[in-house]
Amino acid sequence: MSTPLIVSASPHATSGATTPKIMWSVVLALAPATAYAIWLFGYPALSVIAVTVFFCVFFETLCGLAMRRPPTATDGSAALTGLILALSLPPGLPLWICAVGAFVAIVISKAVFGGLGQNPFNPAMAGRVFLLIAFPADLTRWLVPQQHTGDTLFGEPVTTLDAQGRITEYGLTNVDAITAATPIGLLREKGANIVADLPGNIEFLLGHINGSAGETSAFLLLAGGIFLLIRRVIAWHIPVAYLGTVALFAAITHLVDPSTYAGPAFHLLSGGVMMGAWFIATDYVTSPMFPKGRILFGVGAGILTMVIRLWGGYPEGVSFAVLLMNACVPFFNAWTRPKPFGATTATSGGAQQ
Amino acid sequence: MSILTFRGGIHPRYNKERTAALATKPLAAPDELVLPLSQHIGAPAVATVSVGDTVLRGQTIAQPGGFVSAAIHAPVSGTVSAIEPRPTGNGTLGDAIVLTNDHQDTETSYSGLGEDWAQADAATLRDMVARAGIVGLGGAAFPSHVKLAPPPDRTIDTVIINGAECEPWLTADHRLMLESANAVVSGLRIIQHILGAPNGVIGIEANKPDALRAISQAATGTPIRVVSLAVKYPQGGEKQLISACLKRRVPQGKLPMDVGVVVHNTGTAAAIHRAVVDGRPLLERIVTVTGTAVSQPANYWVRLGTPVAHVLQHCQTELTPAGKLILGGPMMGIAQKHADIPVVKSTSGILVLQPKDATTRPASPCIRCGRCVDACPMFLVPQELGAFARLRMIPEARAAAALDCMECGSCAHACPAHIPLVQLIRLAKADIHAAARKKM
Repeated sequence: MSTPLIVSASPHATSGATTPKIMWSVVLALAPATAYAIWLFGYPALSVIAVTVFFCVFFETLCGLAMRRPPTATDGSAALTGLILALSLPPGLPLWICAVGAFVAIVISKAVFGGLGQNPFNPAMAGRVFLLIAFPADLTRWLVPQQHTGDTLFGEPVTTLDAQGRITEYGLTNVDAITAATPIGLLREKGANIVADLPGNIEFLLGHINGSAGETSAFLLLAGGIFLLIRRVIAWHIPVAYLGTVALFAAITHLVDPSTYAGPAFHLLSGGVMMGAWFIATDYVTSPMFPKGRILFGVGAGILTMVIRLWGGYPEGVSFAVLLMNACVPFFNAWTRPKPFGATTATSGGAQQ
Repeated sequence: MSILTFRGGIHPRYNKERTAALATKPLAAPDELVLPLSQHIGAPAVATVSVGDTVLRGQTIAQPGGFVSAAIHAPVSGTVSAIEPRPTGNGTLGDAIVLTNDHQDTETSYSGLGEDWAQADAATLRDMVARAGIVGLGGAAFPSHVKLAPPPDRTIDTVIINGAECEPWLTADHRLMLESANAVVSGLRIIQHILGAPNGVIGIEANKPDALRAISQAATGTPIRVVSLAVKYPQGGEKQLISACLKRRVPQGKLPMDVGVVVHNTGTAAAIHRAVVDGRPLLERIVTVTGTAVSQPANYWVRLGTPVAHVLQHCQTELTPAGKLILGGPMMGIAQKHADIPVVKSTSGILVLQPKDATTRPASPCIRCGRCVDACPMFLVPQELGAFARLRMIPEARAAAALDCMECGSCAHACPAHIPLVQLIRLAKADIHAAARKKM
């Protein structure tokens, strides 16, 4: 008999999970928050997202060609990096800066290490931090979201006064004109006595605040994160440890000195913590592989975020915290290796991460 | 009844509904049977017949080639037409006794102990098991009488019968537990008697409630404990089963008997019952024939030595190019090049897949998602073992406990990058063994 049958090693069944499916499901989980940011900020957000994602995929393709590797643009990882990077940037950022960020993320932080799976640092965060250091003024010019009247997405400038009497005139056609510090930046400048004047938790939850596109709706980000948790794309360890640490840290400092430090709700709902805990710190490649290591990673990222927020040189610390913890991943992997079934001691993993 | 389980493992698609309700039918014996002398772990059996000899059904045609070996019997009456190398299910040629069936099924006479087996001593019973050619019928094919003869310094307090049948698609053990519940329970009691083990446990996955009921009923009035196990692969792995049923953990590199336990498969227990009570040797076994390319899936009592091609013919199954033929289940079964191989003692299933289910996907880079780590029931780091194997880092692979891997396939099943982890770890294990031999 010469029927050519397929002969391969066991197992002969797979779970159906594939790298592209995982990457695109994370993109899907970010879609509501992305759509909301576009609705909130209009064209400045849309253009930043579109250009950043485009250039990330473009550089990924280019690197693949240069390294003579099978095309990886459709696996979704570059698009996801682009989306996360874009959501961490201020809407209205000059588009050429977005392209530079994409270059740093994909080429410098990922491809030179060997591409998907080999990069020690989160590419999107490396790209963002590069831009923050290289273009500090552009990276801290935050648009105020439009006071939505439900009329037009890209409509006429709307001028209103907010609770503090600041002009929050919103000119989408006049991007450079109207910006304001983010709530977290205000807190940093003026201390917690302004907390009472800041937008309430409901506004934070809904995201009707100024900030980067991905810092706006804590609720939609949380929903996306829980979607990933339920679909078992991510495990609970990192987000729970991260958010729990931030909450605990904020609660303690707030108890010690309520006039300087804001409470846990403010810290959980403002800035990039929600985005970071669910979508950035959970990046497989740059986070620990074992449950205990993931918890340590989340706790460390939470502490660093709060230290930077409260006492560091920048108002927001999520991207620095994640990058610093990325550097610790090999240690966490070495320390938290599982003990083989029935073994008395853990195995050594050689020099491998 | 609480549901017991182990840590790690996966939830593959079980696909058992196609054959679970189909009563086992005897399959007509073929004209020619091929009985490899090595159907078990250990030394090959030694043929005791010559070409041209006439044999009766049930007659011994090969004797054990050592202590760890097993006898082979003629599943049909007829003549020995050849003793020559033939293709076997593990991809090699192996010496085999070829019988031409006279279709008379003239049977030799058997003398069992009947229900009075409890009067016999352990050695007598163990000898009956050895003479019946019984090996582990779950797939491992380890000679059963060896497991019934632990070293004198080991005390066995518990015998577990493995009715988990966690391999997807397969329903052979399920049907056996329904149709021969009394034989399974009686087999367990015989094994307990041989080993002097006071406790007997039968573990069955909770997706077989009818088998749980049938076995519980058969075990009524005995001290045997029937436990319901979580539906998770590899629930039937020996160490996982012991962990689930008894909360005992077999130490690394040790055997179940080191924690006072011996595990046998349901099929083995039933075969031991038949060997002791009826004096009948192992001549046939239940084989589940199923898969996406099988139009008439079935559970068959198949004579050992029946060519797979003969079985497939009866299931109206054509092998299509680019399809897959697997002996065993999808997780640990072996893909075959052709169907000219015999059903042997360890053949629990014949799985035929359509081309769309047989495609192997190219591996993409590891994204360190950790799914393989979460899936590994031995708590290894398959991703890392795969990397060590690929780089031929032999000492590192050994230090990372590559030899603990039982090749259950959970890691590769879970891997979204389709990295052939089991294949790589097998390579690492072979490298480790080769390096150890070189040192000696």
